[in-house]
Amino acid sequence: MITISNVSKWYGTMQVLKNCSTEVAKGEVVVVCGPSGSGKSTLIKCVNGLEPFEEGTITVDGISVGDRKTDLPKLRARIGMVFQHFELFPHLSVMRNLALAQIKVLGRDPKAADEKGRKLLERVGLSAHADKFPGQLSGGQQQRVAIARALAMDPIAMLFDEPTSALDPEMINEVLDVMVALAKDGMTMIVVTHEMGFARKVANRVVFMDKGEIVEDAPTADFFGKPRSERAQMFLSKILQH
Amino acid sequence: MFANFDWDVILRSLPYLFLDGMRFTIMLTLMATGGGIVIGTLLALARLSNIPGLSHVAGAYVNLIRSMPLVLVIFWFYFLVPYIGQWITGASRPIQVGAFLSALVTFTLFEAAYFCEIMRAGIQSIPRGQVQAAQALGMTYWTAMGEIILPQAFRNMVPVLLTQTIILFQDTSLVYVISVTDFFGAASKVAQRDGRLVEMYLFAAAVYFVISLAASHWVRRLQHRVAIIR
Repeated sequence: MITISNVSKWYGTMQVLKNCSTEVAKGEVVVVCGPSGSGKSTLIKCVNGLEPFEEGTITVDGISVGDRKTDLPKLRARIGMVFQHFELFPHLSVMRNLALAQIKVLGRDPKAADEKGRKLLERVGLSAHADKFPGQLSGGQQQRVAIARALAMDPIAMLFDEPTSALDPEMINEVLDVMVALAKDGMTMIVVTHEMGFARKVANRVVFMDKGEIVEDAPTADFFGKPRSERAQMFLSKILQH
Repeated sequence: MFANFDWDVILRSLPYLFLDGMRFTIMLTLMATGGGIVIGTLLALARLSNIPGLSHVAGAYVNLIRSMPLVLVIFWFYFLVPYIGQWITGASRPIQVGAFLSALVTFTLFEAAYFCEIMRAGIQSIPRGQVQAAQALGMTYWTAMGEIILPQAFRNMVPVLLTQTIILFQDTSLVYVISVTDFFGAASKVAQRDGRLVEMYLFAAAVYFVISLAASHWVRRLQHRVAIIR
């Protein structure tokens, strides 16, 4: 469903993505990991065109992201995205956060949008907070609302950009639980994360990046069992030793 | 010292001062603020856009206006607008627009430059992630601006915008140069007619002071009420 082939990107003269290629099939969950500054976030932001790239092609459901003729807003509306810092709209209530894009982008009837929002809020276990503002919720709750907001658009795939790195440790699990449930429902997901437990549990494949390169792209069991590259081995030994 | 003062002149001219003068001052202030914020916001969007040329044009306009004394601009517009009107409509004689319209256009366009800089700061204060979140949900530039960025920028900037409005309220007194009767103009006329300069100018100063002070207190209180919970 998502094909990334030979993507390179520069910030000025600094190359941040080097010839990256990978593929995500429908219903597949792919975890992207690697040291900070390795280009993971940049790579998934290229998938929905939030970051432009200079070389290579990315296609989502047959539509080329880098093509000038592509209607990016229309494509983005079909790809859900969850950010490290939640990025809920702080001036709107939780309910309005969930309904706004459904109404303004998809042209849904406000009532239908509301209903959909409430259903999803229930699914992430936050029905009681519908009328609150994002600032009144904890980080974990905000991130669950953000996931619900993305799901409200009925996306064909979901991108997660370090969804738990800004959370207090005791809130990480509530967010991961929602993501695990989503993966088990068959959602196509690309998840940038350091949560190796999550990767082990639900990922079909793990992509390891370092210095803008995809160093390893292997089925989950292989990645944790016998990573081929030295850099991936080192990375794993560092984050798994505790 | 105050024995020779005739404070009664104030009482006698109150209806004229407030119903004619102050009404004009407040109308001009409110209309110029409204128009200035709308045009200023558009200018800010132009300054921040990456369409080649557009940001330069807007920037040049803002810098030009901000480097000119207001009195000069008022004067200029008053004498120039009729000719511009003639040029645009192709009429045979300069279009008479009247002092009020001329003043309103001047203040709107002048304040727009200042409101532009305020709104630009407001827009830039919104984290980039908010723009990305709006885009990721499929919103177009205008939807993202209208629903997400501008409402937040505006609320963040309300105190500054209103402070600028208070300055504008004081600046409207400059319309006396084109002989328009605003509050200050009215006070000035009465002062000269009745030879009571000190009384009237003291009174005018007191009125400007009280209104501006009250308004800035109100702005400070409002500041807490409109703040977005984060």
